[in-house]
This record gives sequence, structure tokens and C-alpha cells, in this order.
Amino acid sequence: MATPNHPGNHDHQSKELPQVLVLEPPPIMKLHGDRFLNDFQLLKAWESPLPLDQFLSIHAQSVKALLTPGRYPLTRNILQLLPSLQLVVTTSAGLNHIDLPEFQRRGIAIASAGDVYSEDVADMAVGFLIDVLRKISAADRYVRKGLWDTKTEFPLGSKLCSKRVGIVGLGSIGQEVAKRLQAFGCRIMYTSRNKKPSVSYPYYSNVLELAADSDVLIICCGLTEQTRHMINKDVMLALGKEGVVINIGRGAIIDEKELVQCLVQRELAGAGLDVFENEPHVPRELLTMDNVVLSPHRAVRTPESLTAMCEHVKGNLEAFFSNKPLLSPVMNI
Amino acid sequence: MGSIGVLMLIPMNTYLEQELQKRYNLFKLWTAPQKPQFIKEHANSIRAVVGNAGAGADAELIEALPRLEIVSSFSVGVDKIDLAKCREKGIRVTNTPDVLTEDVADLAIGLMLAVLRRLCESDRYVRSGKWKKGDYKLTTKFSGKTVGIIGLGRIGMAVAKRAEAFNCPICYYSRTEKSDTKYKYYPSVVELASNCQILVVACPLTEETRHIVNREVLNALGPKGVLINIGRGPHVDEPELVSALVEGRLGGAGLDVYEHEPEVPEELFGLENVVLLPHVGSGTVETRKVMADLVLGNLEAHFSNKPLLTPLV
Repeated sequence: MATPNHPGNHDHQSKELPQVLVLEPPPIMKLHGDRFLNDFQLLKAWESPLPLDQFLSIHAQSVKALLTPGRYPLTRNILQLLPSLQLVVTTSAGLNHIDLPEFQRRGIAIASAGDVYSEDVADMAVGFLIDVLRKISAADRYVRKGLWDTKTEFPLGSKLCSKRVGIVGLGSIGQEVAKRLQAFGCRIMYTSRNKKPSVSYPYYSNVLELAADSDVLIICCGLTEQTRHMINKDVMLALGKEGVVINIGRGAIIDEKELVQCLVQRELAGAGLDVFENEPHVPRELLTMDNVVLSPHRAVRTPESLTAMCEHVKGNLEAFFSNKPLLSPVMNI
Repeated sequence: MGSIGVLMLIPMNTYLEQELQKRYNLFKLWTAPQKPQFIKEHANSIRAVVGNAGAGADAELIEALPRLEIVSSFSVGVDKIDLAKCREKGIRVTNTPDVLTEDVADLAIGLMLAVLRRLCESDRYVRSGKWKKGDYKLTTKFSGKTVGIIGLGRIGMAVAKRAEAFNCPICYYSRTEKSDTKYKYYPSVVELASNCQILVVACPLTEETRHIVNREVLNALGPKGVLINIGRGPHVDEPELVSALVEGRLGGAGLDVYEHEPEVPEELFGLENVVLLPHVGSGTVETRKVMADLVLGNLEAHFSNKPLLTPLV
């Protein structure tokens, strides 16, 4: 199954197994070990005492495949040290750590996370929305502090049914979010780079108009130059004082300073955030707000998703080394 | 209309209180220093009682109000009302069905997500600064888990519909099997609990359903199972629930109701696999207003000799 590669001079054993370079272990490897990749010879850069550029110069000149987590930026500098690279497999749902134009220029294929994580991320988005509107985390805090009595009423929340939900980015995750929220009676609208002919939800060509017609914005898109700070003050003001923002994309899609100001000044009713501009730092003002739900960037971190990702990564590598189509190639960069 | 006496048992909704005050001679029982005295004093003018999930017209109260004609509950559950006594005395009873179905079902799903994905606990993690020291642990996927529903009435069906959008297989227990549904039926709650991962209580509280979730059911649900109670506290044997959670025989619980509200067993406060809510199932601005209007509408209909909007008795 694994075709032997034809290496130049290098001093590793198991010359039959195809080589896969790993600069830093992705979460699946930290949690599951690397047995799922037994059919490959892993070049583990982080285990070497050599500085990275030396390691790559010596050991990775003929490496064709790279497995990378999301937190490791793949820049031009690294690419220059990998002249034989033909494939990057990323375990991250986002692609903002990859210099996409440079990869395209060099003809390097990218295998993404596909839709392995989509259900878990969508579940978290819906969980945040229900939590913010119905004050679940706030109520749990209230009960645990011993504040519940029959005389004072815990503040009422807001109904989900009929809420107009604007989904920003209708990819795999956005569509799973839409499907779930429809069952709650929410009205779904969306904006996306391109209109999707296969869906019937109303399409908006820009996020400002979407926000003006929405009660909730759910950020499901990737971080690119176009989407950086796309959710700015104007968008948040357009969403309005009863508006709720849910972010399960990337922190930098939202202008975080403005978000905090809008929440502090009650220009927004609430927010559910799994991602932040400068993780693990979270703006201090948010830490004492009752109308926000905060989460430490973990929407994909379930054993089910991580196990599925092991299979998915293995599948992509097997496909590549047997000259078959990748399971989840990134197109349309 | 101003001389009709209406007894409101506990504070439940400011708008409702204000409207009742405008339209009737409103007696607020909770303001009385001596409740039995208060009732005696005003018994001759009280023709209606307004209660809710927390307080209703029991036999004693009914006996003390000889001119009582109607009990209008600001809730869908009427377990605190002595329905038999009302029937016996020809007293009408109304509740607030349908209008709160969605909110309660939404909350059930919210509790499932909050427990399985540890939403409240990881929010605490961030607020306490722990994220700076390390990532939060893994939490269990919700989509695709089997959801077992006790009681496939309006609320049970609404929970099922929502869970289906998460690709959750649905099964249920009911007094009788429903012919018009595709969900899998189990003839006992223990069997249901053995075959699902998330068990939701969504039936009315009656003598038959008291402690319907007992030790045997909790053990069947098991160390990976999660109990969601959006029914009534007494549906669940609470001490058994607490020990099952503390001992790890039950995987987790999302609770909106308790046996002796507002008391919540303190052993639960230290557990990260439970989410505790202060009976907020129907607690949205929108729904409480609609519920209040339904109470007012039922009273108005009764006192103008028109058909009641949502009669139970």
C-alpha cells in the first residue's frame, strides 16, 4: 500500500515507509500517540536538538509530505527548506496558518480537516447561543452561589424561536449550524464569498446588510485578509442592542476591542466566544460579564472528533502516497 | 369586575400582577404576615386563585375558599393543584399549555450541550485564568448520541425534533406506545435508560410518575449517561441522584427542577458534570408575557361566561 519513496542520502532506518515530516505534534498526536501513522516514517522535527533550519536541511530535503497542526505558521521561509514538498496535511479546521498563495505558487497540495470537526463545532455554536439567550452559565453560577430564593426572580432570558440568525460563512460548519437552528424555529440567513445555489436561505452579499437584518450573528468562516476584523463596530451597531455574536471561527475575524466596547456600553446584548485575538489572553472586561459565555478554543476537542481526525489524516496520507485523490483537498484558494 | 377577589399565591410575574390588580380585587398571599388569617379574612370575596409551578390550590386551600370558582395556573404543570377536589366541587382549572413548549424544549437541549460539552465549567476555567496555564480537557460529543425521552407529549416531541437535527437517534417511554411516531418505544423506563445515553424527563407529575427516575434507572443510565430533568423535581429520587453523581455511577445531570425548590442539594455544587438552573424552563420575556395573557384571558372568559381558553377541568 505504501509506495517506497526514493530518498537521497539520509541516515534513517525503515527506508520502505513513506516519510512524513512533522514540525510540531498536532493535538491528535499528543493525545493518541502516533500509532495510527505506523505505515509512515515520521520525521519528528521537535525531537531533534538541532535548530529547525539545520534539521530540515539535513533530513528533510526529499520529504514530500508534511503533517501540521493549526498553531504552526507555515511560511515562505520554511517552504524554502523543503524543496521536495508536495503535500501538507493539516489537522486544523482553519487554514490561516498556511501561506496559501505561496503554496499555490509552488504547486503544493493541501489536505484540510474536511468536515471531520463540523458537527462538534456546530454543536458548540448552538450551545453558546442557547446559553447566551437563556443565560444558562449565568444561572448555574447563580444557583451555585446560593442566590436562588422564591422572592427574587432570576432575570428572564430571550426566546430562540423566530430569532433571525445570520451565518457568516456557509461552509461545512455553517451549514451544520443552520440545520440545527432551523429545528429551533430560527430564521436562517447568510453571507458567504459566493452564493450557494443548493440552499434556500436568503443570501446577503455583505455582512453589514446581514447584520442589519439579524438578531444573531454566528461567525463560521475562516480567517483571511478579507475577513480580518470583518466584524467591526459598524457591523455590531447594525446588529443592534439586542444582538448576540457567536464566534467559533477565529478571534481576529472580530475587532475584539470594539466588541468589548459594544458589550460594555450595551450596544450588544451578549456574546459566545470560543476564540480570541490573542489566545489565551481574554479581555479583562469580559471576565466579569454575565451576558457572555467564554470558552478556551476547544470546539473540536472531543475524543470523537480527534479519533475521526486520526483516520482522516491517515486516509489523506495513504491517498497521496498511492497517487489517489485526496479525501479533502483545498481548492479555490 | 372590580369586586371579584383573586388570590395570587406567590410572586410570579410583575406584568401579570399589575394586570390582575387593575382588573380585580387582588389579594397577594405572600404579603400576609399570617396566611391562614389572611385567607379567612378574605375568603368570602375570593372567586379565583392564580398559582404556578411552585404553588397551587391544594385541598386545604380549596376548602378554605367556599366561593372559589376557578384556579388559573401560570404553568403547564398542575401537580400542585388538587384536581380531584376541583372536579368534585365544580371548580374550573386552566393552565398554559403549548405557549411554553418551545422554550422548555430549547432549554433541554441547552442543558444537554452544557453538560456534555462542559459549557459552564469551561467558562469558569477561562474566568479563573486557568487557560493561561493550559488547555481545557476533552469533552464528549453531543451530536449522534441516543436521546431517551420519558413522556412523548408536546414537550417531549419538541425535544425529539430538536435532537434529531443533531442526528441523535430518539427513543421513548410513555404510558402507551404511540402509533403515529417512528421513534423506538421501550415499555419501561429502565429499558429506556439502558438503551440511551441522554435521558430526558418530559412527562407530567402524577402519583404514578413520582420518582419514575429511581436508583435502578440511574444505574441503567450509567457512568456515561446523562439525566436531564425539565419536568418536576419529584420525578427523580433526588438523594439517589446525588449519590449516583457523587459516586460516579451516573455520568452527569442537567437539572432545572428539584424536589424542594429553591433548595438544591449542596453536594452538587462541587461537581463539574452537572448544570444547575433555577427552574427557568419557560423563563423568557416573550413566553412569560404570553403565559400571563393566557391566565388573564382564561379569567376574563370565566367571569364573562364565555368558554375557557385552556381548560383542564
